[in-house]
Amino acid sequence: MRTPITAAVAVLALGGLTGLTACSSSETSSGTDGADKKIAVAATDTECKVATADLAAGTSTFTVTNNGSKVTEFYVYAAGDRVMGEVENIVPGLTRDMVVELPPGMYEATCKPGMTGKGIRNPLKVSGEHKPLTDDAQLAEAVAGYKRYVKSQSDVLLVKTKEFADAVKAGDIDKAKQLYPVARTYWERIEPVAEIFGDLDPAIDARENDVAEGEEWTGFHRIEKDLWVKKNVSGDGPLADKLMADVTTIVEKANATELSPVQLANGAKELLDEVATGKITGEEDRYSHTDLWDFDANLQGSKAAVQALRPVLEERAPDLVKTLDAKFAAAEQALGRHRSGDGWQLHTELSKDDLRLLSDAINALSEPISKVAAVVAK
Amino acid sequence: MSGISRRKLFGLGAAGVAAAGAVGAGALAGRSLGGDSATVTSDESSASAPVPFYGAHQAGITTPAQDRLHFVALDVTTEKKAELVELLQEWTAAAARMTQGKDAGTFGAVGGDPEAPPDDTGEALGLPASGLTLTIGFGPSLFDKFELADRRPSSLADLPAFPGDALIPEISGGDICIQACAHDPQVAVHAIRNLARLGFGKVAVRYSQLGFGRTSSTSRAQATPRNLMGFKDGTANLKLEDTEMLREHLWAAPGDGPAWMDGGTYLVTRKIRMHIETWDRAPLSEQEAIFGRDKGVGAPLTGRDEFDEPDLAKTGSDGKPVIADDSHVRLAHPSLHGGARILRRGYNYVDGSDGLGRLDAGLFFMAYQRDPHKQFVPIQQALAAKDSLNEYIKHVSSGIFACPPGLADAGDYWGNSLFA
Repeated sequence: MRTPITAAVAVLALGGLTGLTACSSSETSSGTDGADKKIAVAATDTECKVATADLAAGTSTFTVTNNGSKVTEFYVYAAGDRVMGEVENIVPGLTRDMVVELPPGMYEATCKPGMTGKGIRNPLKVSGEHKPLTDDAQLAEAVAGYKRYVKSQSDVLLVKTKEFADAVKAGDIDKAKQLYPVARTYWERIEPVAEIFGDLDPAIDARENDVAEGEEWTGFHRIEKDLWVKKNVSGDGPLADKLMADVTTIVEKANATELSPVQLANGAKELLDEVATGKITGEEDRYSHTDLWDFDANLQGSKAAVQALRPVLEERAPDLVKTLDAKFAAAEQALGRHRSGDGWQLHTELSKDDLRLLSDAINALSEPISKVAAVVAK
Repeated sequence: MSGISRRKLFGLGAAGVAAAGAVGAGALAGRSLGGDSATVTSDESSASAPVPFYGAHQAGITTPAQDRLHFVALDVTTEKKAELVELLQEWTAAAARMTQGKDAGTFGAVGGDPEAPPDDTGEALGLPASGLTLTIGFGPSLFDKFELADRRPSSLADLPAFPGDALIPEISGGDICIQACAHDPQVAVHAIRNLARLGFGKVAVRYSQLGFGRTSSTSRAQATPRNLMGFKDGTANLKLEDTEMLREHLWAAPGDGPAWMDGGTYLVTRKIRMHIETWDRAPLSEQEAIFGRDKGVGAPLTGRDEFDEPDLAKTGSDGKPVIADDSHVRLAHPSLHGGARILRRGYNYVDGSDGLGRLDAGLFFMAYQRDPHKQFVPIQQALAAKDSLNEYIKHVSSGIFACPPGLADAGDYWGNSLFA
């Protein structure tokens, strides 16, 4: 219901917007080089203090310090809780950086102490002229190349998930068990893109303990439990259909979404974080113990993202590229020892020493990979 | 600068208007400066200061009673537990913000996308936190839903019918209640309005009640206020300084009932309509005899000062008790109920007039306690049976709610202990 008063307010707001554009572009004369200016975020169990509520468009680095007693997470959400950037698992006392590319708009800078609930949200107004990183032809090609990768993987993901779902619906437990780690391979390679759509990822990939009270546990791991523990999938038809529907939706979204080169870099890092927190511990596939399939897929997905950025990295940080090559090779070699036929040994077949070696290899790779985002944002 | 306080935004608003009058530049410069200090009052008196949201117990119970109330009872309309839990999380985040004087949503009444409806309704812009507390409780009917029956505490059993009850179902009960108390009525109303807005489609407002002029003191630092009958009310109330008594009479302890209520408390609400006009025609001596207290200072009829202990055994020259057998102070006295005490936190209300020229007014009685069936119920049974005050009052609504313990931090949410 628009009244003349509303119209007047709208004009006023517009005046404000003009003022902002003018003042922020003069304030940040360093232009798009926002990555150099770090925005401090002081998180506690009850507070989330972000150093600024106004940002110039482009890439920014948030430095998140957890002064609380609970593990926390930091997100920048666009409308509808679309994840623009995230850092998970910030343990008390730790400081972690997050690089994110933000076009003009309204965002919410959010801390989630205890990694639950709606979090403590702060407004973030991003304004000014935005020169997307993809204006750079090299970076644009990097994103285009990675999107081709996502497309190729997601095409097979649809096929393999369908085969898996069909086997579950047919009650063919042996076939479903065989297809389970295969379908997941394609999922795990591109999971960072899926995580952008926050609400769908859990529906597909939540572990039993990830599910909030009152929510139904669905997706791969629910069916995994029925296949390996209950050894009965006779009632899982609707779950299989839902999995297929959710995967189809997320694939459509993933292929339609615009990606920033910074997201590629962060995705490469997040995939290794996944390995470190979920696969090495055997928590991901706790019933089937097929964690090494996921491990391998995460590693490949990470490599694909770095590979897409390679021309840029070679030009801007040739030493980093050498390190990455060496560490990727070392990680692949460490994992390669556990090949078994077409697939991998089960997590339960690995000794503590085996796991230790894998963990060290992933840590050695994660460290240089965490530097990629800042190079890309430069 | 995290979260923009309403006060700062108010400063911005003024700056924005001024700037628009000029050229329009600098409207947002005002905001990024964190508000124009010229328009920010430096008055941080206790009436405007925020009350901490996190703690072992919910705020709004032993918090020194604020002057204003907006109470709402809601029914859950969604059949999906996940949607209710989601709403409770959204409510908690909004409550954490509003009690600290911030807008209900991240962007606030004027800071968001001009094409979208604001995430705060705006009527509290420029107002301080005003001591706002938001306190949640769960009613018995909630436990008939979502397979919660085995989590329902026995202390949350429905209240029995009392003689003389004239309860109106539409303004009684409720699956969930939220008590908003503040020193500024606009702040209390704003809080309930914004929480109700977040709830559309998941919960529906069953009834709500505005109250003013706290009728109880919950701290020794507060003077005892008066109810609409003109008497001091709540002289013998439990007070926040009585730590030992609070432990005994107010907070649910481990072993009392289900563990999710440990550190919580139970709320009984009664809307008590007063027949104001007939009361006003009663002689002073009758009014004082009914209460058993002096109207001026509030002393028991056997004493001289407000806080003198009533001498229930004392008889007058006529051989009758000075404090009559059917007087309010005697019938409600702890000595008649095995020492049972309650923490009263009620408010006066006036809902206009009733169409016959009479004030539609009375007391919105609220009392917190460890177990209503051992505390409120026996007291009310005695009052309902004999209290000479009954001639002048009528109980028209009733509610009982389990108020869970407080929230530890921002990862916690209202009802977490119940639904977890």
